[in-house]
Amino acid sequence: MESNESILQVNHLKINFNTYAGTVKAIRDVSFDLKKGETLAIVGESGSGKTVTTRSIMGLLANNAVVAGGDIQFHGKDVLKMSQRELEQLRGAEIAQIFQDPMTSLDPTMRIGRQIAEPLMVHKGVKKDKAMAQALEMMKLVGITDAENRINDYPHQFSGGMRQRIVIAIALINYPEILIADEPTTALDVTIQAQILDLMRELQNKISTSIIFITHDLGVVAGMADRVAVMYAGKIVEYGTVDEIFYNPKHPYTWGLLSSMPTLETNGDELPSIPGTPPDLLDPPKGDAFAPRNSYALKIDTQREPPFFKVSDTHYAATWLLHPDAPKVTPPEQIIARQAKFAKMQQQLTEEERHHKVEEEEEQQ
Amino acid sequence: METKNAKKVLEVSHLKQYFNVGKKDEVRAVDDISFDIYEGETFGLVGESGSGKTTVGRAIIHLYTPTSGSIKFDGQEVIGMKRGPKMKQFRRDMQMIFQDPYASLNPRMKVKDIVAEGIDINHLAKNDEDRSKQVADLLATVGLNRDHASRYPHEFSGGQRQRIGIARALAVQPKFIIADEPISALDVSIQAQVVNLMKQLQRERNLTYLFIAHDLSMVKYISDRIGVLHYGRMLEVGSSDEVYNHPLHDYTRSLLSAVPVPDPEYERTRTQIEYDPKYEDGSKDRELVEIAPHHFVQAAQDEIPMYQERAKKMGLEVL
Ligand SMILES: Nc1ncnc2c1ncn2[C@@H]1O[C@H](COP(=O)(O)OP(=O)(O)OP(=O)(O)O)[C@@H](O)[C@H]1O
Ligand SMILES: Nc1ncnc2c1ncn2[C@@H]1O[C@H](COP(=O)(O)OP(=O)(O)OP(=O)(O)O)[C@@H](O)[C@H]1O
Ligand SMILES: [Mg+2]
Ligand SMILES: [Mg+2]
Repeated sequence: MESNESILQVNHLKINFNTYAGTVKAIRDVSFDLKKGETLAIVGESGSGKTVTTRSIMGLLANNAVVAGGDIQFHGKDVLKMSQRELEQLRGAEIAQIFQDPMTSLDPTMRIGRQIAEPLMVHKGVKKDKAMAQALEMMKLVGITDAENRINDYPHQFSGGMRQRIVIAIALINYPEILIADEPTTALDVTIQAQILDLMRELQNKISTSIIFITHDLGVVAGMADRVAVMYAGKIVEYGTVDEIFYNPKHPYTWGLLSSMPTLETNGDELPSIPGTPPDLLDPPKGDAFAPRNSYALKIDTQREPPFFKVSDTHYAATWLLHPDAPKVTPPEQIIARQAKFAKMQQQLTEEERHHKVEEEEEQQ
Repeated sequence: METKNAKKVLEVSHLKQYFNVGKKDEVRAVDDISFDIYEGETFGLVGESGSGKTTVGRAIIHLYTPTSGSIKFDGQEVIGMKRGPKMKQFRRDMQMIFQDPYASLNPRMKVKDIVAEGIDINHLAKNDEDRSKQVADLLATVGLNRDHASRYPHEFSGGQRQRIGIARALAVQPKFIIADEPISALDVSIQAQVVNLMKQLQRERNLTYLFIAHDLSMVKYISDRIGVLHYGRMLEVGSSDEVYNHPLHDYTRSLLSAVPVPDPEYERTRTQIEYDPKYEDGSKDRELVEIAPHHFVQAAQDEIPMYQERAKKMGLEVL
């Protein structure tokens, strides 16, 4: 399960893309770490840099990408400086990835048993018979029914949900330390999604992999994540534990994101929405990139970029609203309701603890 | 909304849409479904992938010839309608918005020509000046501006493209819009913008919507009534509050229990309800039965008491 041991550190990562129109500043100083056995969710709207961040961890950047700064530490080595050979070893054995569309990550011409076994044979030098036997075990583990008879089938003979299970089997066959899941369930419907998410949680417990989970579905984040990082325009703007982000968010972008998603209880004529569109990363705005869309923006937001302010040991947000001299603002209604729920939960928790203590003391007497 | 006095604009009865009929790979995509849609309401259609949602939409808008059944729009039978003035009117009155804002706009056409397509086909503009004015008005309606008219689709974001799709649909002043997953391809924050726009247009123009989606929270939010589709059959129909708060069919219960909720505390304690499709096997004749007022479930005669019991337990007024 979760621990405090950090197994991956991303430090001040900056990635640019050279294009005809100019330089796209896609990742603008991103830092975070990943702890052993945890699930870190990265959320944020389209184009905010979620995929580029994780692809740089895999050493899979596009040809027109330029690392403009920073490093990525994994077992004392900078991934950004690894040779092709080292990277191949890394991807085959230590860091695995699941993509949104299972069909693009499977080879349509190869039997699935063979596809699952291949990473073992290539990266661990396991003999074919043994690798196939392990592949069969893995197929059972990910819940492919009648695995013995299906091991020689081709990908197109499976439904979308089953294909995603096969992709997971391939990703996990080497018991990777890190699993990067980029929108792994977005193409699936809710029923199948629930099965796949259950499976991921179960497997994580079994092999204590750390997961970086990218999605724009905040419902999925709430169910999967231990910690959450919120990205906007190539930066992380807020991070904290899942409870801190969902019940006590501090950045107005996080407020907007949480409020614009209806829950089954949402009523009323209008959904709160974030106005406007994300900034152009060819020429990112001065100051806080979210300011033009932020109804809580202060004057300073258009002049100086906000640093991270500490909310708790685990919770930080980059917004000038947290500066001691900033005016007090009232967050959107839904956020206030979330905060209230959080306060109640915390109170309950302390009461339970106190109760517990009393009981323990009574027992001791 | 109060459905009693409202007018039915769409009446679908015993609709069947089979593909590859008589062949080995026959697909009963839609298998004997009946429902009505009232003027000015939003009817949400939910169900898992492959349940037949898109097929229902396409059959209604006359893109398919149904295997059997009846589809009445404004009291007129649509199935078998011949080309002619009636058909032309129908093609104007009913419009569709598609899931993929990227694929549904012709990349080589300027926005103004995309939006004006229906205006041109139906000769709705007096002259060029009038055409330009109508396009400018439509763009303004969907929150785009005049300068956007001479640009190409690739110059727009996903949310903006979906707005162009909506402007195109509105150009012919339709009464009824079928929206097939109109927001699935969009970002959360943009989804809210598009949904708000659709709601606002509905109020201003008294539009009726058939809203298809697999995001159950969004469907609940936008719909007045909801139909739950599974294996091409309608299993439950009722007001959206009713269906979500008091689901009667096991499938609906299972489907709802799978919806991820953006609330970690809820997620930690959520239990998912497994579904056993025994209430759908072909062994019995089943049809939609009104169990509580305006709340229908697909049931065989001998299953009705069980659903009535369920409804009673949930505090519903049982018929
Ligand atoms: N090869 C490339 N060349 C130029 N720009 C690129 C390239 N790859 C990504 N970008 C840009 O980098 C930014 C971040 O993209 P990224 O794919 O990481 O977004 P994302 O957060 O994963 O979005 P989504 O939710 O849509 O997947 C975007 O502005 C994108 O257009
Ligand atoms: N033209 C066709 N020929 C043969 N089968 C078809 C055709 N169109 C749809 N089907 C089948 O009919 C069933 C219903 O498909 P439909 O596209 O209506 O589902 P849906 O509910 O819209 O699913 P999704 O949520 O994935 O869009 C599926 O099994 C599909 O494969
Ligand atoms: Mg991405
Ligand atoms: Mg569909």
